[in-house]
Amino acid sequence: MSYVIEMNSIRKEFPGIVANDNITLQLKKGEIHALLGENGAGKSTLMNVLFGLYQPERGEIRVRGEKVEITDPNIANRLGIGMVHQHFMLVDKFTVTENIVMGNEPTKFGVVNIKKAAKEVEAISKRYGLSVDPYAKIENISVGMQQRVEILKTLYRGADILIFDEPTAVLTPQEIQELIGIMKTLVAEGKSIILITHKLKEIMSVCDRCTVIRRGKGIGTVDVSETDQDKLAAMMVGREVNFKVEKTPAIPKETVLAVSDLTVKDSRGVDAVKALNLDIKAGEILGLAGVDGNGQSELIEAITGLRKTDKGSIKLNNKELVGLKPRKVTESGIGHIPEDRHKHGLVLDFSIGENIVLQTYYQQPYSKNTVLNYPNIFKKAKDLIEDYDVRTPSEHTPARALSGGNQQKAIIAREVDRSPDFLIAAQPTRGLDVGAIESIHKRLISERDKGRAVLLMSLELDEILNVSDRIAVMYEGQIVDIVDADKTNEKELGLLMAGGKKEKAGEAK
Amino acid sequence: MDIMQILSLVIPAAIFAAAPLILTALGGLFSERAGVVNIGLEGLMVMGAFTAIITTLTLEGMGMSGMMVIILALIISILIGSVFSLFHAVASITFRADQIVSGVALNFLAVGLTVFLVRLLYNKGQTDYISNRIYRMDVPVLSDIPFIGPLFFSSAYVTSYVAILLAVVVYFIVFYTPFGLRLRSVGEHPMAADTMGINVNRMRYIGVMLSGAFAGLGGAVFALTVTGNFSGTTIVGQGFMALAALIFGKWNPLGALGAALFFGLAQALSITGQQIPLLSDVPPVFLLIAPYVLTILALAGFVGRAEGPKAIGKPYIKGSR
Amino acid sequence: MAKLLPKGRLLSWSIPLIAVFLGIFIGAIIMLVSGYNPITGYSALIRGIFSDSYYLGETVRMMTPLILAGLAVAFAFRTGLLNIGVEGQLIVGWLASVYVGITFDLPAVLHLPMAILAGALAGALWGFIPGLLKAKFQVHEVIVTIMMNYIALYTANAIIRSYLLVPGERTGSINQSASLSSPLLQSLTDYSRLHWGFVVAVLACLIMWFILWRTTKGYELRAVGLNQHASQYAGMNVQRNIILSMLISGGFAGVAGAMEGLGTYGYMSILSGFSGLGFDGIAVALLGANTAVGVLLASFLFGGLKIGALNMQSQAGVPTELVEIVIALIIFFVASSYIIRWVMNRVKKEDI
Repeated sequence: MSYVIEMNSIRKEFPGIVANDNITLQLKKGEIHALLGENGAGKSTLMNVLFGLYQPERGEIRVRGEKVEITDPNIANRLGIGMVHQHFMLVDKFTVTENIVMGNEPTKFGVVNIKKAAKEVEAISKRYGLSVDPYAKIENISVGMQQRVEILKTLYRGADILIFDEPTAVLTPQEIQELIGIMKTLVAEGKSIILITHKLKEIMSVCDRCTVIRRGKGIGTVDVSETDQDKLAAMMVGREVNFKVEKTPAIPKETVLAVSDLTVKDSRGVDAVKALNLDIKAGEILGLAGVDGNGQSELIEAITGLRKTDKGSIKLNNKELVGLKPRKVTESGIGHIPEDRHKHGLVLDFSIGENIVLQTYYQQPYSKNTVLNYPNIFKKAKDLIEDYDVRTPSEHTPARALSGGNQQKAIIAREVDRSPDFLIAAQPTRGLDVGAIESIHKRLISERDKGRAVLLMSLELDEILNVSDRIAVMYEGQIVDIVDADKTNEKELGLLMAGGKKEKAGEAK
Repeated sequence: MDIMQILSLVIPAAIFAAAPLILTALGGLFSERAGVVNIGLEGLMVMGAFTAIITTLTLEGMGMSGMMVIILALIISILIGSVFSLFHAVASITFRADQIVSGVALNFLAVGLTVFLVRLLYNKGQTDYISNRIYRMDVPVLSDIPFIGPLFFSSAYVTSYVAILLAVVVYFIVFYTPFGLRLRSVGEHPMAADTMGINVNRMRYIGVMLSGAFAGLGGAVFALTVTGNFSGTTIVGQGFMALAALIFGKWNPLGALGAALFFGLAQALSITGQQIPLLSDVPPVFLLIAPYVLTILALAGFVGRAEGPKAIGKPYIKGSR
Repeated sequence: MAKLLPKGRLLSWSIPLIAVFLGIFIGAIIMLVSGYNPITGYSALIRGIFSDSYYLGETVRMMTPLILAGLAVAFAFRTGLLNIGVEGQLIVGWLASVYVGITFDLPAVLHLPMAILAGALAGALWGFIPGLLKAKFQVHEVIVTIMMNYIALYTANAIIRSYLLVPGERTGSINQSASLSSPLLQSLTDYSRLHWGFVVAVLACLIMWFILWRTTKGYELRAVGLNQHASQYAGMNVQRNIILSMLISGGFAGVAGAMEGLGTYGYMSILSGFSGLGFDGIAVALLGANTAVGVLLASFLFGGLKIGALNMQSQAGVPTELVEIVIALIIFFVASSYIIRWVMNRVKKEDI
């Protein structure tokens, strides 16, 4: 057999958990092989074992038939294994060439021979159709370009086995198409590719075979041509998944949030939201779809007062929010489950109790005349922990000690408990397992049924399609279209997300 | 007093005062470019000054004299400086201590240890004075150039030229050699460097030890040119001023050189200012605090924003993002 | 309060204790290598703290500014700021309190609080600048505070020299109505320089604890220190909290200076260099794990070491600088707690 990589019966333990349990992955020469699994299933651990960052407890690795011990990334490099990291490993202030050659620089009289290096980079980039300017600084080129540099880094070192770690998460649809083209060119040139992903569509369109892992266990390897998305999904989750969520049709009432003509700048001073209009009604869930980086985060930050509004108005129950401080916005009746729960949602070293009053600590009964009332704070926390089924040893436990799902439940408890008229849920299920996802979706729908307006922002189309009542698609800072969730499909949304406005607009209504 | 007289008073004094600052700032540059904050420059200078004086006194006691004594003293100071900096390296790189706190501890330790040893060796709080100092000399040929000669090349310390020359050499090393590229990559994005096969912690050790070597040399030059003996108050703030020069010079060797010369000028003016017509009305305190005020202004972005290496101050832990 | 602390309480106590032990142990080795008997040395040191009411009085006197300097560092640290500028804030606080003490002539009930307050305000002002720069321009507070230290040193000297100088390179003495010195305390402690300042220091510990752990403002300050993004999300004003933290921290440091000016000395000298109290404050805060009680205990240790060192030198001949080395080593080991934790985990594992 001509396997270039064989990872046989790999087992990797961390204190308290088995991250990889008896996983086998075999990569044929010249194929694109998908590694599929839910968040936390153990994909990254397995690849870090292959790349030499972790040592497995059991199992063997063979490269081109020979048994090897990969104890650090240098050995992986020498074996021709290259990794295209999800979070780019690039020095912003260096040029493309400097990033590619560092650690392995051509020299002339002890000086880095940048000219020669740039020429080599140019030659490789031509050969694989990866055009980049070798003298450009990383901080000045687009995300798609930066990814090319990541690929070039591995090729410059002579890698012929490339691992792509969730490479499409940060790309626009066009960039994804380009990347697929690049991957096909690489394979045609004799390279072999492992693609780590949890996106079924990508696997169907580009991969030859697919290895599925679930909760650290190897489930099996299938030929992509002999399977379909539903079968892959079932393998990944472990049961027939009908991602459809049980819900009754929405009964939308009056408009709660009215955004009109809103323009917001991002942190670099570029317009991220451009003259945007959007209405959300009581009793409905509005899904906000779009490729990452099309202004969704900026829109939410503007609504919640975390980002300055450039122009336009945001009205909650006919009251203007623009110009209000975040605290006033919160007080006027907005709940916000933030995108990044560790960065924004929680103070990880505070106890659950202290986190529960993060926005209300200054109000009675949690404090009086600026003096905190801990008994009341912890009593409230205890109640919410019970009501929302947050699994924690106690309300005094630091938030850090909880699992991701339970941290998210604590945040949702806090935000929902304030009974806001308008609830924002930004990527509420990112990184969670299917069980937690289902419970969070149910919670959002029950809030809707209580008559609240819900804005659900997600990068996962499935989530948007299943939970929302209406779907607004955002592209380059504008809403390109709003469609009814039960009258649309993934394909149509995908087109809209790529900016395809005109053709679809008529049909959707 | 004509302008020429003023210049001939101020410029050599400025270059003279700047030399230890330049050397120490260059040391700080190696460490900080590798991502390790070095508040301990002060303590490293203390070690350098102490070593230089003790070595010179010992060699003089053995009957040696002349250039040889000075050169040996400088070399040993460099060695001791780099060995002593291991304290900071081990704490902040291997033990992941807070780099600033570790630097503070280093400063404490340097003063405590050197004065302790001085008391042990000499039974008093300060050493005797050395007789072999670094002496001033005229640079042949160059000192005869009219105007420039008397200002820059007459009765000057050779160490000043060495310091300026080293700044240029360090600039070249940091920006043009593979070593420099790797050093900077480790300070900007250690994980990227790691995936490219660069040993992050080894580069950081080298950076910190070079800072020890240069700051040791800086302290030695200060002791051998300015004070001539060693006590607990020989080095008071020069290390922090070198740090200021490094930041004011935006972590660039030539920038640090310029900043150090400028600070040297401020120092020279604060001492000689009374003799200069216009400046005699300016209270010397303004010149004394000028370097520090300017550094703050530079950091605040009023004098061009100073932005340090990205990963500075953070220990590198493999496998974490 | 106990409930607020997680299980790691034993660990958080054991690390400072291990660090102190290691520091003292290595100090003993240094004595041994240098030809001193460590047992003689340390017993002289301990006698130099406890054997006489004079020594105890001096130790408590030494603790007073250490506590306040430690509180200053610890308070800023709780908001995620490293205040290296305690030294400078202390100097301006010292000068301001002495200025008020000399210039005004008021009844003691007014004069003394006013002089202390002047010290606090001056220190707060000195802390305000780095706080403002941090909040508005994201300038790292460490470098700014270091620079501010030198500006304080030279400026204070220049002000004394120009306006307040009396023979002896110092300011005149403060009026009795602004003085903390106490004939009663002095006579109780065999005429040490003990003064009422330690009451102020202990009060300051209570104030720090109360602000941080009992008020909504303290909740905000701690939240900002642990996670600025979440604090902003929750509607707190991060910038204002950073500035406030530096103001309060600088205020504590300024009071530390006032204790020297109004208590120990009754005047201010032209300083040839730093008092070292600011840097000692870092050591105290670090060893005291940034808690009020910890700062109190650590101040006693370091204050005791410094006072006991004098007796160690006179009786056992060991240079006082040995204590500086021991303190530096203790900081080193506390800062390197990662490695101590690692070793302890190793040992625990093998037990099981």
